[in-house]
Amino acid sequence: MEEVCARFVSQKISKARWRPLPAAALQPPDLFATGSWDNEDNRISIWSVGDVGSAGLNGEYQGEPQLLCDIRHNGDVMDMQTLSASHRWENAHYHADQYTACGGAACTGVICNNPEIVTVGEDGRINLYRADQKDAVRTIDNADSSTLHAVTFLRTTEILTVNSIGQLKIWDFRQQRNEPAQIFSLTGDRVPLHCVDRHPNQQHIVATGGQDGMLSIWDIRQGTMPVSLLNAHEAEMWEVHFHPSNPDHLFTCSEDGSLWHWDTSTDVSEKPSFLHQGGRSTAYFSHSTINQSVVSAWLSNDPTKDRMEITNLIPNQTLSVNTLDVLGPCLVYGTDAEAIYVNRQLFA
Amino acid sequence: MEEPDTEPPLTVVPGADPARTQLCFEWGPAEMLLCETLFGRRGGERRGAPGGSAGPAPTGCGVAGGGDGALGPSRVFVVRRDQDIYMETLRKLFNESHGIFVGLQRCEEERAARARNAQLVQVSKNYRSVIRACMEDMHQAAISARDSALHSQYSIQLCFFQVSILSAMELIWNLCEILFVEAAPAGPLLLRLLDWVQLHICDVDNMVREVLGSENPSKHKLFWNVVDIFVLQGRMDEARHLLSKEAIANPTSMNMYKILDDLMKKMPVPSLGNTQTLTEMELKWQHWHEECQRYLQDGTFASNSHMESICKILLGDENAILEKKELMTTWYHFLVTRLLYSHPTVKPMELRFYAQSSMDMFLGEESNPEPLDTILMAAFEFELHQVIKECSVALSNWWFVAHLTDLLDHCKLLQSHNLYFGSNMREFLLLEYASGLFSHHSLWQLGVDYFDHCPEYGRVYLELHIERIPLNTEQKALKVLRICEQRQMHEQVRSICKIMAMKALRNNRLGSALSWSIRAKDAAFATLISDRFLKDYCERGYFSDLDLIDNLGPSMLLSDRLTFLGKYREFHRLYGEKRFSEAARLLLMLMTAHIAPCSFWMTLLTDALPLLEQKEVIFSAEQTYELMRCLEDLTARKLDKQKFQDDDVETMKVEMLRLALARNLARVIVKEGTLEGS
Repeated sequence: MEEVCARFVSQKISKARWRPLPAAALQPPDLFATGSWDNEDNRISIWSVGDVGSAGLNGEYQGEPQLLCDIRHNGDVMDMQTLSASHRWENAHYHADQYTACGGAACTGVICNNPEIVTVGEDGRINLYRADQKDAVRTIDNADSSTLHAVTFLRTTEILTVNSIGQLKIWDFRQQRNEPAQIFSLTGDRVPLHCVDRHPNQQHIVATGGQDGMLSIWDIRQGTMPVSLLNAHEAEMWEVHFHPSNPDHLFTCSEDGSLWHWDTSTDVSEKPSFLHQGGRSTAYFSHSTINQSVVSAWLSNDPTKDRMEITNLIPNQTLSVNTLDVLGPCLVYGTDAEAIYVNRQLFA
Repeated sequence: MEEPDTEPPLTVVPGADPARTQLCFEWGPAEMLLCETLFGRRGGERRGAPGGSAGPAPTGCGVAGGGDGALGPSRVFVVRRDQDIYMETLRKLFNESHGIFVGLQRCEEERAARARNAQLVQVSKNYRSVIRACMEDMHQAAISARDSALHSQYSIQLCFFQVSILSAMELIWNLCEILFVEAAPAGPLLLRLLDWVQLHICDVDNMVREVLGSENPSKHKLFWNVVDIFVLQGRMDEARHLLSKEAIANPTSMNMYKILDDLMKKMPVPSLGNTQTLTEMELKWQHWHEECQRYLQDGTFASNSHMESICKILLGDENAILEKKELMTTWYHFLVTRLLYSHPTVKPMELRFYAQSSMDMFLGEESNPEPLDTILMAAFEFELHQVIKECSVALSNWWFVAHLTDLLDHCKLLQSHNLYFGSNMREFLLLEYASGLFSHHSLWQLGVDYFDHCPEYGRVYLELHIERIPLNTEQKALKVLRICEQRQMHEQVRSICKIMAMKALRNNRLGSALSWSIRAKDAAFATLISDRFLKDYCERGYFSDLDLIDNLGPSMLLSDRLTFLGKYREFHRLYGEKRFSEAARLLLMLMTAHIAPCSFWMTLLTDALPLLEQKEVIFSAEQTYELMRCLEDLTARKLDKQKFQDDDVETMKVEMLRLALARNLARVIVKEGTLEGS
């Protein structure tokens, strides 16, 4: 693991996000933002990773922690201002773990799809903002009776949320009713879901992670139950991410201090065919003619388990890995042990 | 009870003035609250609000309390003992050492002694490298603070003060590593001590750099000082290299240099491996010693005082070595140099004599030993407990002693010692350290693992501390819950869930509150919330939080009221789906099986009204009788309770129900009669 560099930052990291790159960019990402939690003054810091040429032992980072940022949910304006103030980072996700005065509730998740910004919170409320407007475009009060833990965009007008009673809901902003378009749920035991991510190319494939560390893969076109449940971590799964440009790879991190890399591309013969398909158009036009192997990568149950390669990227961690983000060949993750780690040769 | 052998140091709380007002105090887990009382107060002497900290001792933070007009407000001070915990730069030390600590506890015991020892030495080195890294960070920070001139003189001083503390910690740790962890035997012991001195006496390094950097080193005024330093630290090769330069510059005395160079080259050193025995080494050394003696006596170096003194040093002449006092700076350097040139095969147990006499010779009569000196001396005397005790007194944090003691305990060096309180010293110190961590708003997570490895009191401490963590977000609550659940601390799980449920309830988030009480398996609270749901329903006529109630599943059985809530909602769903007979059966069951609370029967019966009035007959004759009995039970009970408080609405409802029931009975008798007849 020599390619992983660590840095102790004297604050517990709750979120880390790469700065998004333009689609055509060839160089790896070099900037990321982190947010801390449980501190007296929490900060959102922006770090840069030096270019590969100067990759020395210590000279790798030249981080400039920038000013803290409090995100209060009840004072929704605050939330808004924060996001517009950091306009450059609009496409990054800020999850605020900061707290409000009593009566306020925490905003637990936010997602941006320029120019729209959606936030969800412990009060079960969903807010839709636009970057250029001061007030919320749409607010759904009591959208969920329990805490909403995470949110992601499904399509331009649809979002997915997960809550603390094990439900995955689709919301369509075109509908005027304040009710979810569809509810999916885990069977019986109502294990809270903590994170959600959508397959970057095949929008019907959704992955969620739950309190028991279970990874669930859902096909939102059919059924109300997950397609597969994969036993993963021993404690809460805090984040799940498909690799944005190489979605055969999935990354999950957990309270038990592990970070797993799920790789379904081990069957070499399939990989090129998949890459050439340019997933999006395929998924859009022809559900039926889609290459079976591509679908099966995440959706089919038993046979793939044999082909799925799972590696734990952190062997001896003890404290929770709260966050991770992948972009290109780079992985960044942050822990409760007050350290951030960057791995710049993910597929080497 | 043991008496404390030193007076406890006096701590001045800035701003608090016992002469002005009576003070009272209350102990907390890691801090103390100090407040001013009204008793004996004389007005008109009010001072400004107290500033921040005023010294490396505990900090007082002034907080204005409730005032009483003319006399000025009372104040409450928070006095923290373990102030180092709050230093931003030290958090790195705490976090990294936590990882090492946990690793050390995990590594299995049953290894071969040799491998085990190597492993422990490695752990010790890891600890030291963390201290060093932290020290360097802090040094950098101090220097940049000084350069930018933005910070107060005081904070810069504090920074440098911390650096010196860390460096002393590392010095002590390193010595303990050599003497206790590695337990180097005679021979290698000296080499280790030499490394130790070379690593820590770095004041001279600047001088060395200056001389070597100059155009003509041999002409530099500090040239001989540098050569002496090399010789005193046993860095023979470097000394010879410098001397050879001087020799080239002085061809006349070439011969003298050659002889000295030869002596220095031939000096026998103990080997690390097992290639030579101690006796072999001693023989060689004796021989070399005699050779040196010979050269000194026949006056080979008489023409050059510098070289003569070097030769005397090589012979272990204490006076000659002591002459170089300024170059050695510390008594332990003197000790190691003295050992190197007079007792290279010193045994660990003999160290104490040399150490004591070296300190006496070096410090002389005039000065008192400082805490660091006493600590090192205790180490040389192999008085482990004394080392730990002195460190506890001298250092302002528990980090050092807790980790060092734990490491020594893993070396099986502390087992015999029992305290007259608590369990043993390791556990006592770990508990103190972890309690300090728990008082910090962010470092508490680290403390958990320390408590885990305290077999006797760790759990109790953890239970008491974990309940006192402020839970301001659900995520934090989840993390704390996970800690409790992993350790089967059911009582704490319940209390945390209850806190969260109460919070949700206060915010009118019934669904959330119910989820929390289900998680805690708290039946009483679930009943309370179910009642709230039902009350809301009665007031508003519709259910909130359907996504939750519809998906209760097996958790519905947690409390009777919750079961009723779930079933009642199911009735509504069936009714909505126009599955009337199923709905009717469920409704009746809720009453006959006594699932529904009596206060709710009227509502249920009213709910039956539209079913009774449907076009088709839904309730069978038997069911209708049951319903009638329920109604009569209810009215009878009502009559008992409130005979004279009849209210019109209620009476009308009862009348309507009776009418509907009678009509239904009539219809059903006709219908059932017809069916049987046909």
